[in-house]
Amino acid sequence: MRGLKDRLAARARVLQAIRAFFDRRGFIEVQTPVLVDSIAPEPFIEAFLVPQSRGNSFLAPSPELNMKRLLAKGLDKIYQLGPVFRRGEQGKRHLPEFTMLEWYRAYEDYRGLMADCEDLLRYVARATGHEDGRVSYQGTIVDLKGPFYRLTVKDAFSRFAGWVPGPNPDPDRFDEDLAFKVEPCLPRDRPTFLLDYPASCASLSRLKASCPDIAERVELYIGDLEIANGFSELVDPEEQERRFRKETKRRKRKGLPVYPMPADFLDSLKSMPPSAGMALGVDRLVMFFTDSDDIREVAVFPIPYEKFEAQS
Amino acid sequence: MYDSSDLRKGLKIVIDGEPHIITDFQFSKPGKGQALYKCKLKNLLTGYTIDRTYRSGDKFEPADLNEAKMQFLYKDADGFHFMDMRTFEQIDMTEDQVGDARNFLKESMEVTILFFGPSPISIDLPTFVDLVVVDAPPGVKGDTATGATKTATLETGYVIQVPLFIQEGDTLKIDTRTGQYVERAKG
Repeated sequence: MRGLKDRLAARARVLQAIRAFFDRRGFIEVQTPVLVDSIAPEPFIEAFLVPQSRGNSFLAPSPELNMKRLLAKGLDKIYQLGPVFRRGEQGKRHLPEFTMLEWYRAYEDYRGLMADCEDLLRYVARATGHEDGRVSYQGTIVDLKGPFYRLTVKDAFSRFAGWVPGPNPDPDRFDEDLAFKVEPCLPRDRPTFLLDYPASCASLSRLKASCPDIAERVELYIGDLEIANGFSELVDPEEQERRFRKETKRRKRKGLPVYPMPADFLDSLKSMPPSAGMALGVDRLVMFFTDSDDIREVAVFPIPYEKFEAQS
Repeated sequence: MYDSSDLRKGLKIVIDGEPHIITDFQFSKPGKGQALYKCKLKNLLTGYTIDRTYRSGDKFEPADLNEAKMQFLYKDADGFHFMDMRTFEQIDMTEDQVGDARNFLKESMEVTILFFGPSPISIDLPTFVDLVVVDAPPGVKGDTATGATKTATLETGYVIQVPLFIQEGDTLKIDTRTGQYVERAKG
């Protein structure tokens, strides 16, 4: 492991390269609030609550809702780099506060996002001294030059987990097999797009018009390291509200905190053009370009592990 | 009660009625899916290790484990008897509960006993103990390769390999971690 100064210098180069990449392509960098009044009621994302004199605010677990409101206001290419917060996420690849890159394009779908990802990773590779597009990560050379692998969720499960998920698979079985059977088997010599998720795994994404069993969602992996998640955006306010209400009910049933309905966001969907957006974990990207296997190596003063280890 | 977000290395919890310690812990959360907590757990009664995966919302009973400094009093047909050196309360342990420690326990020895609730589950011995040889037949002479040993029986009934010069009545220093002879104790 290199020294802190080297690692932070490498991190700074990645951040500069990300900005240069999007600026050159005519994206506008935006800063939406970190402190927000409502968040998307999504399964398995827990927000930090900030008590106010009247009611509660939240630390945004993603800038997604406010960035989509900007799409509805006519901004067609935007990106944002900044901290996001998710309660209870702790591990070698998770921090409760981490840096997210999100970008959105109007009049595009998830295929455009995959092209963006390929171009972005190659661009960052060049800017960090990997001119030939080959990056050594955890003992394997990852080739960014050629097209990234594209693997549908159906194919990946049938190959690595021995079954094919339908539109509404058992969430426990799906998540466990994804984490412990599929992800560890993903190719390591090139990044992989895992795409076309079961419809039940799409809380804010559009279903395929030709096949409503499938959500137009894509995850970018390097080996088993998940780097980014994106989708063709759902722009139907009624369908979106239906999904939020369903999730809110589930949260109530499970005794989880219930988030207020994001009314401004739902309202903005009425004027939002067809769009696509991607969220990329910047710390994980820095891990890749610095050959680190622990997110704490590339973050400044992260909450220490000891705080999360029991006294024995 | 603990819930899954409390899980971490070193945490002691009850699984199927038995105390376990988490020896390895991995947090995963496959893209937009639920958090998964993959644990290796060591059973503190049997020493066996198991793998378990938990999810958000799972609940765990903390293992009520306590240590007490105890003095070994004596062994009889009912088992091994100890006295708490703070409260002077006496407890009994069976041969099974005592395990290999039986080879090294002698009267008035001070040990640390680990309790799960009210039940004693293991004994932490001093690293070295001095024990008297009660039987040491002469070794077979002739084949005197270096490091030749013979069998001796100690006051606890423990049978051990010792160097040929050891005699009945000698006091030996024994390493309780390996069960092996270290040296002849002085005096």
